[in-house]
Amino acid sequence: MADIELSEEQGMLANSAGDFLQKHSSFEAVRQRLASDSGHDAAMWKEMAALGWLGVALPEQHGGADMPVGALVSLAEPMGRHLFASPFLATTLAGRMLAVGGSEAQQARWLPGIASGETIATVALTEPDGSWELGAPQLRAERRGGGYALRGSKTFVLDAAVADLVLISAELEGVPAVFAVERAALPDGALRREVLIDEARRGYRLDVDDFEVGADSRLDGDAPAALDHAYRLGALLVAAEMVGGTEGVMDLTLEYLRTRVQFGRLIGSYQALKHPMVDIMVVQEQARSLLHHAATIFERDAGLAEVALRMAKAMAGDCYTHAADRAIQFHGGTGFTYECHAQLFFRRAQFCEYSFGDSRHHRRRLEPLLLEEGCVWESAHRLVPGGLPGG
Amino acid sequence: MSEATPARPSPEELDAFRTEVRAWLKDNKPEPPDFQLPDSFMEVGTPEQFEYLRAWQHKVYEAGYIGLTWPKEYGGGGLHGLYQGVVNREMGAANVPFMVNIIGLMWAGPVILQLGTHAQKQRYIQKILSAEEIWCQGFSEPGNGSDLGNAQTTAVRDGDEWVLNGTKIWTSLGTEAKHMILLARTDPGAPSKYKGLTFFLAPVDIPGVHKTPIQKMTGEYGFNETRFEDARIPGDSILGREGEGWSVAMATLMFERGAAEGQAGGLSMVPLRVDDVVQLARECKRDGRPAIEDPEVRAELVRFVMEERALGLCQVRQRIPGLVTERPHAIMMMNKLVGTEFRRRLARFAISLQGANGVLYMGDPDAPDGGHWQRNYMNAFSATIGGGTSQIQKNILGERVLGLAKSY
Ligand SMILES: Cc1cc2nc3c(=O)[nH]c(=O)nc-3n(C[C@H](O)[C@H](O)[C@H](O)COP(=O)(O)OP(=O)(O)OC[C@H]3O[C@@H](n4cnc5c(N)ncnc54)[C@H](O)[C@@H]3O)c2cc1C
Repeated sequence: MADIELSEEQGMLANSAGDFLQKHSSFEAVRQRLASDSGHDAAMWKEMAALGWLGVALPEQHGGADMPVGALVSLAEPMGRHLFASPFLATTLAGRMLAVGGSEAQQARWLPGIASGETIATVALTEPDGSWELGAPQLRAERRGGGYALRGSKTFVLDAAVADLVLISAELEGVPAVFAVERAALPDGALRREVLIDEARRGYRLDVDDFEVGADSRLDGDAPAALDHAYRLGALLVAAEMVGGTEGVMDLTLEYLRTRVQFGRLIGSYQALKHPMVDIMVVQEQARSLLHHAATIFERDAGLAEVALRMAKAMAGDCYTHAADRAIQFHGGTGFTYECHAQLFFRRAQFCEYSFGDSRHHRRRLEPLLLEEGCVWESAHRLVPGGLPGG
Repeated sequence: MSEATPARPSPEELDAFRTEVRAWLKDNKPEPPDFQLPDSFMEVGTPEQFEYLRAWQHKVYEAGYIGLTWPKEYGGGGLHGLYQGVVNREMGAANVPFMVNIIGLMWAGPVILQLGTHAQKQRYIQKILSAEEIWCQGFSEPGNGSDLGNAQTTAVRDGDEWVLNGTKIWTSLGTEAKHMILLARTDPGAPSKYKGLTFFLAPVDIPGVHKTPIQKMTGEYGFNETRFEDARIPGDSILGREGEGWSVAMATLMFERGAAEGQAGGLSMVPLRVDDVVQLARECKRDGRPAIEDPEVRAELVRFVMEERALGLCQVRQRIPGLVTERPHAIMMMNKLVGTEFRRRLARFAISLQGANGVLYMGDPDAPDGGHWQRNYMNAFSATIGGGTSQIQKNILGERVLGLAKSY
């Protein structure tokens, strides 16, 4: 099997996303939406649902299209490019967590609504200590009556205000558990909107104290697997958003370099600007290759998929944050204004970098995976006779 | 190349071919010589190095493992490119020596196949593959390197011949070469400097051609100054048309930089792999501890592994049209820049793993890996400078791929 594949279906998905976002996510539209309270556009959400985007990687028997999880990258990449913000990421993560860790009955209850766009869902996984490891939640759950009581805090619960369903991770008797809770059931005041550097996004802090939930709200399947899936899928989709975002911010900057004149010349002719743009492009090409490789093998070979994913998130993060940083500088005084679109990318890049593990986090975790004697990487790429990677 | 596109082999056919190649390499890999081999064709500095490498290329040619995609009628294999890809990878894995006639195989040959007459192809191609005739390149001059379009060597028509005068420099394989791809000025009065140039396939083993070896920073030899003093070459030595040398030179550079396909294949230099550097980090000590335990070393190694992997994957993605719509040629165009700079940085890093012993050089019995990395670091500059410097590559990428205004 090839290291990078793009199915016809996936190509079509990418094209339709490109067209749709071109139309619905112009800079003006992005700015309008970010100034609104919920940041959400219900009419557009319906259109996204009609295009089938919300069930791409959900099981067919629950209304999904059952495509490979990696196909989601074909949507997330153009979303990043067009600075699109919607409950897509939150809903997709919740849907996939249910698909991995929910019982048949729980899937049947929630997934059809998610796939059809009826149900907006989100995940409450990170906590105030800021750790990216999702496998050891500290929010406490204890058995109470026939059900459970939850106590603790979560951060960055995306789009919680418009969500119908929230998946909350917790520690229950020493092991991780996940609870699927209707947002309407949350106590008053449980959600506080956070002030995020990316103004197009909506994040909420969740505080609960003795919040009682029913027995059937606990996911019956493998909770650690669901949490691991969320960690990996989150990193994959954010990496895709970053690769797309880099493309968008490169476009914006290059356009300026092609039109702005100083000292009687187009500023793009100055190598102090031109060469750094080439450096960015060169890393972007690499990041994009890693991304599509990670997407291709996401469900294939656990050990190598983890390596590919961490490489993709790390390189995409380095590249986007740097490209956005240079975008400000290369626009001069204009770049420092709120009006210049460079800041939209800049803020998005910062947000993405610190979501689902920053570049340093992933590179750190790559060390044992790549450097230990006898590691999976070594047997796959070093010791195969004649098997240089990339063929 | 006018022949019909050769059939794409099935995976089974390729597997069978791979098995055959692997077996052949196992049986025919040459014994390492008792002298030091060069890192690339640009460092071939002694007759014994040259003869060893030429014999190896000849053997590979006789086995039919280079020029697999080149037309049969000129001595090639007439096969699909996937076959050559298999050979190249197997050669890399088997750590066999590189091909010596690289200028002929990788850019002079391809450009002759692209633009030459039938007679020229018949005359030159097969002998490039067999290494019977070595090629060199006469582009750079003492005063005109990056500014290649300003070349001042002149060619003046005299009856049936052209008469050459001027100086070319940094001529790799200049001592061994029989032919040179040569850029010379045929019309000094042309309206622009680019228009007065013509591209020649010139013999250089003739009277009036003076070759002076130049010593490299490593202490080795491998390139020359080539002076032409009324050297007379045949009237039909032009590739392409008179006055259109610039565009032929640009086509040549596309092959040289790996930005166009059509090379004969085979290894072009000793491969430098991050694996080997990881291994070195396990073996070397810094401050008394294995280098691989140093947190900074580990962090850097991870970056190198990532980059090597990403560059390999770029070659895969490059072939998927739906994933290169933004900049269809970017990856091909950047190969030269990223490949050569990566090699330079990796070699430099490898020395840093050796701690205090990093200062030992080739020839010292205690030098880690025989001083190989130290020499390798120096030689890495041959590729970041030769073939158009990295700075020039960035200009080209910025202008042709990113659409920015020209720099001068
Ligand atoms: C090992 C080796 C083998 C070679 N073999 C051959 C050969 O076989 N045949 C042959 O013809 N040539 C050969 N060359 C020559 C090589 O192509 C030239 O050295 C190269 O093109 C640079 O030209 P130059 O040396 O004149 O440097 P210059 O052009 O003088 O450059 C000096 C510095 O200025 C920078 N610079 C120049 N112009 C610009 C610009 N516009 N923008 C930004 N920076 C700029 C360069 O990057 C470089 O850093 C070889 C070189 C080496 C090192």
